[in-house]
Formats: sequence, structure tokens, C-alpha cells
Amino acid sequence: MDVLLPRTLDEALTMKAAHPEAVPIAGGTDLMVELNFDRRRPQHLMDISRLGDLTVWRREDGCLFLGAGVTYARIVRELATFRPLVEASRSVGSPQIRNRATVGGNLGTASPAGDALPVLAAYDADVVLASAAGTRAIPWSAFLVGPKRNAMSPDELILGVRWRIATGPGSFSKVGPRNAMVIAVASLCLVVDEARREVRVALGSVGPTILRARDAEARLSRAIAEAGGWDDPVAPLPTRAVEEFCAGVAAAARPIDDVRGTAAYRRHASGILARRALSWALEDRRSSPGSTGAARG
Amino acid sequence: MRIKVHVNGEWKTADVWPGTSLLFVLREHFGLAGAKNACEQGECGSCSVWLDGTLVCACLVLAAQAHEREVRTVESLAGEDRLHPVQEAFLASGAVQCGFCTPGLVVAVADLLAHHPSPDEAEVREALSGNLCRCTGYAKILDAVRLASARTRGGSR
Amino acid sequence: MSLRTVPRTLAGVGESVRRIDGVPKVKGAFSFGSDLWAEGMLWGHTVRSPHPHARIRSIDVSQALATSGVRAVLVAGDVPGRKTFGLEFADQPVLASDRVRYAGEPVAILAAVDPETARRAAARIAVDYEVLPAVTDMARALAPAAPRVHEFGNVLRHIRIVHGNPEASVDVWVEGYYETGMQDQAMLGPEAGMAIPAEDGGVDLYVATQWLHADRQQVAPCLALPHEKVRLHLAGVGGAFGAREDVSMHIHACLLALRTRRPVRMVYGREESFFGHVHRHPSRIWMRHGAARDGTLVCVRARILVDGGAYASSSSAVIGNASTFAAGPYEVPNALIEGTCVYTNNPPCGAMRGFGAVQVCVGYEAQMDKLARALGQDPVELRRRNALASGSVLVTGQVLQGSAPVREVMARCAALPMPADDRRATGDCLRYPGGAGNVSRGEALRRGIGFAVGWKNIAYSEGFDDASEAVVRLVGAPSGVRAEVYTAAAEVGQGIHTLLAQIVRTELGVETVVVHPPDTGVGSAGSSSASRQTMMSGGAVQLACVGVREGLFARARRHLEGEGVPLRGELRIEAGWIHAGSAPVAPIERFLGEPIEATRVYHHRPTTPLDATGRGDPHVAFAFAAQRAVVDVDTELGLVRVVQIATAQDVGRALNPQGVFGQIEGGTAQGLGLALMEEVRLEEGIIKNASFTDYLIPTILDMPPVEATLVEEPEPGVPFGAKGVGEPSTVVSTAAIVAALRHATGRQLNRVPIRPDDLIGLAPPVATSGPPPAPEVPGPAPIPKYHGLAAGQQEIMGS
Repeated sequence: MDVLLPRTLDEALTMKAAHPEAVPIAGGTDLMVELNFDRRRPQHLMDISRLGDLTVWRREDGCLFLGAGVTYARIVRELATFRPLVEASRSVGSPQIRNRATVGGNLGTASPAGDALPVLAAYDADVVLASAAGTRAIPWSAFLVGPKRNAMSPDELILGVRWRIATGPGSFSKVGPRNAMVIAVASLCLVVDEARREVRVALGSVGPTILRARDAEARLSRAIAEAGGWDDPVAPLPTRAVEEFCAGVAAAARPIDDVRGTAAYRRHASGILARRALSWALEDRRSSPGSTGAARG
Repeated sequence: MRIKVHVNGEWKTADVWPGTSLLFVLREHFGLAGAKNACEQGECGSCSVWLDGTLVCACLVLAAQAHEREVRTVESLAGEDRLHPVQEAFLASGAVQCGFCTPGLVVAVADLLAHHPSPDEAEVREALSGNLCRCTGYAKILDAVRLASARTRGGSR
Repeated sequence: MSLRTVPRTLAGVGESVRRIDGVPKVKGAFSFGSDLWAEGMLWGHTVRSPHPHARIRSIDVSQALATSGVRAVLVAGDVPGRKTFGLEFADQPVLASDRVRYAGEPVAILAAVDPETARRAAARIAVDYEVLPAVTDMARALAPAAPRVHEFGNVLRHIRIVHGNPEASVDVWVEGYYETGMQDQAMLGPEAGMAIPAEDGGVDLYVATQWLHADRQQVAPCLALPHEKVRLHLAGVGGAFGAREDVSMHIHACLLALRTRRPVRMVYGREESFFGHVHRHPSRIWMRHGAARDGTLVCVRARILVDGGAYASSSSAVIGNASTFAAGPYEVPNALIEGTCVYTNNPPCGAMRGFGAVQVCVGYEAQMDKLARALGQDPVELRRRNALASGSVLVTGQVLQGSAPVREVMARCAALPMPADDRRATGDCLRYPGGAGNVSRGEALRRGIGFAVGWKNIAYSEGFDDASEAVVRLVGAPSGVRAEVYTAAAEVGQGIHTLLAQIVRTELGVETVVVHPPDTGVGSAGSSSASRQTMMSGGAVQLACVGVREGLFARARRHLEGEGVPLRGELRIEAGWIHAGSAPVAPIERFLGEPIEATRVYHHRPTTPLDATGRGDPHVAFAFAAQRAVVDVDTELGLVRVVQIATAQDVGRALNPQGVFGQIEGGTAQGLGLALMEEVRLEEGIIKNASFTDYLIPTILDMPPVEATLVEEPEPGVPFGAKGVGEPSTVVSTAAIVAALRHATGRQLNRVPIRPDDLIGLAPPVATSGPPPAPEVPGPAPIPKYHGLAAGQQEIMGS
């Protein structure tokens, strides 16, 4: 086993082209467990934790670009207006973990339980990949192809993610069997996009990969329109629309039984989280009407 | 591979197997056994150290990632003839039983108080959520944090 | 919650003295078993069976042996002496030879120059297994056609306790079925030690353990060495809770060290640690409680089944405990209790804090709540009415001769202030169930309150002649008088070494006390378990101090009378001076030109085994604890936040109050874990969650404040009137929390740990078609005994 230590992104990409099987390590919170437990012995590791290009974030053209190497601790401190992302970041492990773990790591591992992933899905984020040949951006849904499988080419590194900044409330919630340090049994991110007049809901840990409850989203977005809710945040939403939404989200889940939880519970929890996230979002819209007051999503 | 780490104020070098963690290097190569290995997967916080001033689990840091970096461990906290206020508070409060979690907790608490000198109980619990203790039930650990905070605050608040 | 700081005083018995090992522990300088280092040391590694039951056709170690950096590879045939070991029965192979009986059983060991070399070499050991059918269900283990774990069958022990008339008529019956899951001690320090070969052909083993002498007694015969050549030294122990009562890496490290003539360190990783030690027995419990209309208990019928796994460990004593405590801390005039422990191909079970009393407490306290509901009575009042007291006759016929302030314990617990109702306070998600997951702003919360009482034996039982030896030495060193304590008592975090120093200070009035590192150079102190060290090693040290005092006084009399100074009145030591009556006579260093030393052994009062109907005088002493739990339940998500635990515990006398509270708080956390989140998940004998990611123990966000109060009614006939304190809180807290959850949800919740599915009714209560028939057994002793299998720790005590 060898460790490659690139000093710049270009150097890293050249090395990756030369050693496609090299496994990048940033925060190490997934990969080091595999090494420590003797589950993996890659020929090469590549330390990308020091690459400045990966640790930046910036606003550009109404979008936010979040570098793959930005830690969850920094997200909590520096990106406070992106509340669902902050809530997801805060739910990750412990302070020690948050000081090292990254969104890039969540994407690289591509576990359906990755905490940031439902947020990226609800943000409709693109994953930006780089290789020595250039960069490309693909939608999150094209990137996450299955449980612990992503669409990266062997010569690519994850540069970061980019999403269109939306206005509107939102939240992230994660259910686990104790009050801290849990791998999600079920998680949910809900985002209200005022400009697009749509609600987006993403589910984690209840399928082979991150799921969007698109049917439920579409029905709800229409129901809000029918109630005049997009123009008037105080307009009440019919109970039936809420119930249908919750049922629709639960129906979108494709959970399995495993050592962490049962499929029945996961499906049930998805419906409850949907109800709560929606009620919080509607409450936030009601109490701070107008685009300047509402939290940015 | 050969790595060079600035540990507790001095440069140390070691020849290590490339897949080694910083925790292993500290304990087995640098003779600093204060950081402990209780889970090897970042769940328990017994291996908490500072890497470039940031609180991390040493078991999750590849040794090579600490190359030419600064590391501080629990061994850096006590002076020649006096304990760090957090260490003193742990003793006074009865927050030590078997002591295996203690170095990691002392580091985590010192880190917390350095950033938030007067945390409320919720902040303390959240900050220590990554440090497991099996002996104490955490009650006296919370007492120790309160005591250390009160003693290091200086002046009324 | 107050800050408890410690003023400087004599630092004797009754004071909250600081730990004597505290400074090195907070500095990270305290040496645990996994911190040991020696020049030229090798790293030991264990190869384990992946199958729960299999025949070993062959083992090929040639590739491993040929690996560069490997210095030894050993299999069963390389064990020079006895091939098996065990705490109560030597039924466990050092290394499996023809068969493996559980997934995780050691098959081969090797020593290499570094851990990575060891791992790579281990992967090259080829074991040819013929997989056999495994029995992994404790009820099915009793079926005649079940695969046999051992030749003599799958029953390890069956106990039958008949008290009064089990057919007595009652006004009301309540019936219940309960299950408790397999719990892991999850001590943070893994199994660890270092074996160093000695010049004399023997070996020095530095090991984190609970009983040095019981370990040696098992290790030496396997090495074919006499005891004198096998020296055990206590390494720093990172928690135990029963996980270190059995031998783990001890014999393996010694074998490798003797073979390679190099020091060998063996440390288990966390995953391996789950296989490396015994667990708490999972249980199934059927109970029927009968009472008169006024609430007086008339009859308890209980059937208890526990899964002992592949080897005996201390299972025999665990089922003995479970059976004798099954009726609860109540007056029960009639009872029929049957307890069975079976062998299965699951990983072995044995000692864990509470030792059988935990499981039955879950059952009998649920039954008391059911009875209260059936009778329309207050559950606390029902318990109070039936509570044991000094002089009560227990279901074994034992008369409870010691202190039993059960009513006082219940009353003091119930009187502790309730927590503020902060459910409506806005704020962080952290104050709601689900904590850092941000799932709640206070929706669907129901608060529940539960109350439970439990009891536990102090010290060993059923006729085991337990003893502890201590040496105390008074030295008049140039720098001042110093007392030295030499004991093999294992400090595992509970604070026994600190307490022993306190006892010496009180008995000899000497401030400076040094506790010698424990090793087998002194006689056995017995195990750090059964909440016994305060009584046993405290007693031994106290006796030794008395011996030293007598020696000192005799010497003083000789010197002073020789000088013509008569001594009037009784002699005593105070503040470093000998006093005669009220008059100070001389500083003690005057008579310490030569040190004065005394070696004493403390025995507790004799107990007896159980006879064929479960009659006997099996327990030395009892301790009682009551807990009231307040929980908030998110009734839509089935998540829990324990808001407060209030508890009163019967401690006899608090010899170090801060230490006592620490034990109560820590014990409560382990009971909370069993109630809410801790279970070793087995599928066909394979552990599926052998990591801290999936075997969850409580974090600081899961533990509530613990309001504790101590009931001090001295226990007669024991040192300082003190009872052990380590276990009662663990015994009772699971039951209290479950009761609170039932109150909050109205659900039956008859299995622990409770999952979210159970709290929201997604999973029905566990059901049963009734208990399996009681097995035919020759008697109440463990079955291996009837087959002449050698006894384990019994041999030390000569019984």
C-alpha cells in the first residue's frame, strides 16, 4: 500500500489518471473504518484533505458551489442560511466527526444513509466531477446509482456540488435508535422553493439510494396552488392534501428490514417525518411572510 | 513510509505502514499512549486529539494526513507541576472511574471550554455526544465541566 | 444539581476521598493493559471460527508460518498441558481441536512483528470445516432431537424451588411473559495483556482482569507449569462489568511468549471483543402472581429459561441467582420457581453486572404493576404492603438476617422531587426524543412515570467459601510513617484501591498509604464482582490493620514497660500517636525501627447450596434499590427521552459517598441501555452488530440526571456495616424505565430492549405458547458436575 500526497488539484488529477484504482481520502470517517477493520486494502490511497480547491464554497450565478472538502463543522459555522444543510450537518456523528467528515465523502461512499445526501437531492444539486481531461456536472440522481455505488469514472475526483439557491423554508430530520451518533434509520429533507412554486422531498435510508417522493411533491405543489398558498403564505392547506402528501411520501419509500430497523417502521417514520417537515415549513412561511424573511433553501 | 509530525511542540518522525492511523502512530511509535483505542471507528471519542488545532478522532486520521502537521494530545495539557483546570475538575468531581474514556473526554472538554467558556447544559451534552463513557453515566462528567467552566471563567458573568 | 467538591481531611472511611489513581488517569499516563510495551515484543493474533457449529477436519498453518515476520503459529496440538479451562467447569478448549461450538471460538493463534503482518498471516491459515447443524434457540435446545452442544446434552442446570404450598388458593391471578435480550458489557478498554517469558522457564502475565488467582488457576495447568512459575500482575483495567471474569487472551499470550521466548502483547479490537468475552444471558420468563383481594401476595409461580451459549462460564451461578431472586423483594408465602440454563451454539454467556437478578426484575416488577392494575391499587402502595424486612423468610427458606430497609428505600425514592415539566419550552431539538436528529419540536409527546424495586446478593453464594487475603505493613520511613497495602484485589474503576487506603487511614491513623500493584505474590482477594470487594477485601485489610495495631501495641508495651513507663487504659492510635486512655504516649514511628506486618484472610459467614427443592441459606447479604423513571415518548415515532431517574439505594454505610453515587449513576446507565437500545443481535449464531455503530450504548444525550439518595442502615456482621453498591442500580433501572414507557404508551412492552416499533404498536408484544417442559435432572447442581467434569474456581477455595 502506498499513500499519494498531491499538493494541488492538478497534481491529484494527474495521479488519479495514472492510478485509477487509488482511493481518495479526505475526512477518512468512512475509509479509515474500512482500513482499521481490515475490510479493505487498496493498492494506493490518495490524501486529498489538503487541496485548497476542494475546501472552498462560493456563490456564483444564483447558485452555491460547495467544495467536496468542506467539513460539516464549517458548513454549520459558515452556511447558516442553508438550514436543511445545517440541520443535516449538525446531525452527523460528533464534533470530532464533523470536524473531518465532508459532503464529498458522503457522495464518494454513496450510502443511502449518508446524512447530506437527502439535502442535495432536495436541492436538486449537481455533482461536479473533475479529471485530467476536464470537468463535468451530472445531476445527483445520475451520480447515486445504487447502494454504495456511484457513477464516477476511475480517473475522476469529486470537485463539489452545485445547486440553484432557492428561497423558502425547509428542514432535515433523521430518525435513529438513540439521541446522538446514529446511522439514520430513516431521514427526510423537505425544501419549499418559492420561485419555482414547488415542494421537494428527499428520503434517506429507506431505499437502495436516495429517493425523491416526486408524485407526492407534485400533488402537494398543486394543492398549495389551488389553495392560493403560493401567493398567500397564510392561506390554509386542506387537511386532505396534507394527509395525501404524507401517505404519498410513505408510499415512495422502498425500505428493507436490516439490523438497524424494520421496513414497516421505516415506511411509517417517513410519513411522520413528512408531516412534521411540512407543518414546520408551513409554519415558517406563515410567521415570516415575504421572500426576505423566509429562510434560504 | 516516513512521516514527520509536530507533536506537543516537538518534531517526531517514524517509519510506518502506509495504512496506519494517527492513533497507532501516537501510541506505538511516539510513545504517547494517552489517546486510547476503544472502537477504532470514531464512535467513542477515546482517541480525541487536536490536529492543526481542531478536535478530531485520531483513529480516523491516516498517519500520512498528519505529515508535517501539528498534533496535540492529552499529554500536552498538564504543566510540569500542575494539572490543567479540566483535569483538576475531573478529579474534584469524581468524574473518573476506570479512566479509559478520560483522556478523550479531557481533550474534548478542554476544546469546548476554549471555544465556549460558559456553555449551557444542552451545549455541553451536544459537544460531548461523541465521547462514550461506560462507567460514570456522565453525571459527574457534567459536574466536572461545570466546575471547570466556573473556575476558568474569571470574573462574574 | 450541586457541585460536589472535596475538602482535605483525614481521608478515611466515610469521606468522599479522591481516587488514588486519579492523577495518572486524567493525564493519560495510567497504563492500561492495551498500553503495555516491551522491547522486542511481538503482536499476538487469534483466528476464530466463522461457524457456530462445525467439525474441524484439518488446519493448515504452513503458509502463515512461512510468512515473513511471523514467529509462531499454534493450534490445539501445541497446548502442552490441560486442553481446556473454565470458571466453574473446565469445558472450554484453549484452542478448538476437533470441534467448534460457537462462531468466534478460537482455533489458532500466531505471533508476528507487527499487527498488519499478523493479520495477513492469519488470512493464510486454512481451516477445513465440516459445518454441523447448530442449535441457536434456547427453547429448541431442550427438544430431544436438538443438536447436542456437549455429549451430556444441552441442559447446564435446572433448579426447582418449592416454598409453602404452590397450589394455595388466591383471589386474583395475573400472568405474564417476558423476554430480555443479550447485553454486552461494552467496557471501553478491550481485552489486553502482555506475556513475558521468564528465565526460570515460567512466564509473567500482565493482564487486565477481575481475579488474578482464578486466572492463574486456569492458565498454569494449560501451560503445564506449576503455579509458582506463572505469575500474574494486574495491568490497568478499562472497565469490566463481568466481561473479564473469564480467561480471554491469557493462555494464548503465554503460549506464544513461551514458544517465541519474546514478550507477546495481545489486544482485541472492538469487533473481536464482542466474541472475546461472555455476555448477559438472554432470558424468557413466564410468571403468575396470585394475591388476596387486599393486595397481599399469596403465590408466585415462575419459569425462567436462559441461554448459556456454548460453554459453561459462570452460567450455573447466574441461573441460581435468577431463580432465588425471581419472587422479588417481597414476602411470598408460597412459590414454585423453576430455572433452566441451556447450552446452545450461541456465543457463551456469563457474568454481567446484576448476574441474573436483572432479568427477573424485569419480570417480577411488570407483574407487580399488573397486579396493582387488576386490584385497583396504587403500584407503590402494593409494593410497600408486601415488602421484605429483616426477619422475612425467603422462598428458599433463608431467613433474611441482615438489614432490609425495603420500605424506607421505596419511600425515600418516591419522595424525591419530580422534574420540572419542560415539554412546552421552546428550544433545541436536543430536549426532545430523537435528540440531534432534529425530528421533533415537541409533537405527540406523552410523559410516563414508572417505579420499580429490585434486589441483589452481595458476595458469592450457594456454599462457595469465598475469602480475601491482605497484607498491611507499617513502615517508619525516613520521610515519615507510611502504610503499605498488598492485595490482589482488582481495581476495575469501581474505586476499591481508594477505599482500601481509606480503611487503612481510619484503622491506623496514618495519612500516607501506598497500595502495592496487585499480583499473585499475595494470596487471592477473590473476584472484583458480585459487589463483594468492599466486604471481602475491605474486611481483609481491616483485619490486617487490626493485626498491625496489635503488633504495634505489643511492641510499644514491651518498649515502654521496659523503660518503666506503665500504660494505663486501652491503647489506640490517633493522629500518628499511641494513646493510652485519653493520654498521648508516643509517636508511632518510635516503635517502627522495624516494620510491622500482618497478613489476614477474611471469610464471610458460611452459606449453603440449594437442595433438591431449592431450600438453603444461599446468600450472604442483600441490597435493595428503588428507582422512579420519568420518560417522554414521541408516540408517533416511538422515540424516547428519559427525563429523570430518581433512586434510593440501600448501602449499609457509604464509605466513599462520591464513589457510591458514581456507581449508582453508572449502573443506572447500563440498565437504561438494556431498556432502550442494547442488544447483541444474533442470526443463526452469528453476531450481526459487533461494533459500536450498531451495538449502541447510551451517549451523554441519552442519559438523564440521576437524583440519588442513600439509605444507610448498617448491615450487621460485615466490615463497617457496608454493603456493596455496584449492582443494585443496574438490577432495577431497566424495570423502572419500562414501567414508565408502559405508562406513557399504554402498551404491554414485554421484551427489552424496547424498539420504536414496539412503542408505536407496529410490533405486537412477544407471544409464547407456554414454557417448555422442565427437564429431568439428577439434582440441583450443574449437570457437568454429575459427569465428573473438573471444577474451575472451586478448586482455589478447596471446596
